[in-house]
Amino acid sequence: MTVTHMPHSDAELGSLSGSPRRLRREAIIKQVLFGAAIFSVVVSFLIVYALLSEAWIFMRDIDWSTTWGQIGWFPRRGIYDVPTLLVATFWVTIVAMVVATPLGLGAAVYLAEYARPGVRKILKPILEILAGIPSVVLGFFALLWIAPNVVANLGGEGGRGSILAAGIGVGILTIPLIASISEDAMKAVPDALREASAGMGARKVTTVLRVVLPAAISGLAAAMIVAVSRAMGETMVVFMAGGAADAAIFTSSPYDGSLTMTAAMASLASGTDNVVGEGLTFQSLFFVGLLLFLITLALNMLANFFVRRIREQY
Amino acid sequence: MENVVSEQQSKSPDTGTDTRRAEGPKVEGDVVFALSNVNVFYGAFRAVRDVNLQIHEQEITAFIGPSGCGKTTVLRCLNRMNDLIAIARVEGDLRYHGMDLYANGVDAVEVRRRIGMVFQKPNPFPKSIYDNVAYGPRITGMVKKKKGGDLDDIVENALRKAAIWDEAKDRLDSSALGMSGGQQQRLCIARAIATNPDVLLMDEPCSALDPIATAHIEDLMQQIKSEYSIVIVTHNMQQAARVSDRTAFFSVEVNPDSDTRTGVLVEYDHTDRIFSNPADPRTESYVTGRFG
Repeated sequence: MTVTHMPHSDAELGSLSGSPRRLRREAIIKQVLFGAAIFSVVVSFLIVYALLSEAWIFMRDIDWSTTWGQIGWFPRRGIYDVPTLLVATFWVTIVAMVVATPLGLGAAVYLAEYARPGVRKILKPILEILAGIPSVVLGFFALLWIAPNVVANLGGEGGRGSILAAGIGVGILTIPLIASISEDAMKAVPDALREASAGMGARKVTTVLRVVLPAAISGLAAAMIVAVSRAMGETMVVFMAGGAADAAIFTSSPYDGSLTMTAAMASLASGTDNVVGEGLTFQSLFFVGLLLFLITLALNMLANFFVRRIREQY
Repeated sequence: MENVVSEQQSKSPDTGTDTRRAEGPKVEGDVVFALSNVNVFYGAFRAVRDVNLQIHEQEITAFIGPSGCGKTTVLRCLNRMNDLIAIARVEGDLRYHGMDLYANGVDAVEVRRRIGMVFQKPNPFPKSIYDNVAYGPRITGMVKKKKGGDLDDIVENALRKAAIWDEAKDRLDSSALGMSGGQQQRLCIARAIATNPDVLLMDEPCSALDPIATAHIEDLMQQIKSEYSIVIVTHNMQQAARVSDRTAFFSVEVNPDSDTRTGVLVEYDHTDRIFSNPADPRTESYVTGRFG
């Protein structure tokens, strides 16, 4: 059968401009997706606006001498000693990182470098379950198990909550985060480097310590920073196990009970937006919130900077 | 070993290799590796079947053959790099200077300190040029101090032998990743010879390089072969013909029942014989470009 090529007439070819309906649908889909993307941006800005507007009232009207060098954080009585919260937050973060860094990093090194595929298949989901434990459960655990069994053995009081107990609880909560980001960073190191090292007669531990970890360093740094900002932002565990209700006397000892920034906000704002107190109690919440927001924002930007450096390597 | 010698003596008159070998100070027949009936499995799959060959000291031995013929697999048995693959298993007798490489109690780490390796893709560490070359001496405890003195000499010496000293000497502290591919590969050779190994295994070291860089590496191989026995896997037959003293030709057998492919050693001989007068018709059709 032979097919002869016939020139087509204009009518047969039709218009090249496409179906208007299809073009319209395409445009609508694009708009909807754009709306979804912009929604979270808008909400973020609204949150910052709400935070700023009330915090601004606090900063404008407050007698700044009540925010520094006072006996503690007593917002209902007009005493807003910010260092009380900062020191408690600092301690919780330090304790959490001391607990989570070796365990998280150790788990990551094991999973990325040592575990056989079968073991990894079992261990990794378990680690992810740990990440999924509600923090309120961990708060209970910190108060009822960590305090009497761990803190008591470290020279503290086991019968009540303390910054130390809360810090250990937050640390446990942070382990999966560090493990997961660090493992990703190590997995991103090309196997060619491991082979090069093994081919030189390096033992496995030498390869890990001298090649893999240094090559993954920016990812590991990012993991640490994200973990710090997570530990600072954690609320429920410190609120339940921190050993203070809605006010705290200044302390520099992690064995005492105190309030972190987050716990101070949660304790004032629980159950009702009708925060009662003298003058600026309500606004003080927003001021503390703004401080926390700025610190974690700075940390996240730092982490992003390190993560971007990963891609520039190898 | 006597076998080998007599075999070569019987071959040498018409190949001319005998005269060339006789000029060298080395006694012909010093065997570095002796493989008998070596089989390599990945799980249940047999990747390489019944390899028998002997690799000689101060020679360049080339492994050639089509893709999937197991030449790289065999190479990686020689320094137990296959240990890194959990499912890989080596059977048969594999001797290095008469010692069983796969005997109980043999530490793969000790093996690799004597048998260095250069890989297909240049793989310098993301460290400085200096630290790359110093890596081996540092981890193997060749030097007491981690900086300066002896180590500087070792690094310079290795870079000179790898013909990259002139290009590297003014930027020893800058990252190795800033070098070109050919320079990186010569750096990897410098890194491998810095620990003064006995053997250098090269797995297609020029496949990622341009012809000029390739020529550099080939010159370099000729210069260092008096100190190191070299085994090179190459896809490039001309390269094997240019650089090697002996050539092993591997091919692929398709197993009809399972549709899997197993590599076999077809022929192993002096390079000029492999390329001019091969004994096996499969070798001939490969080296004349009729397949592969």
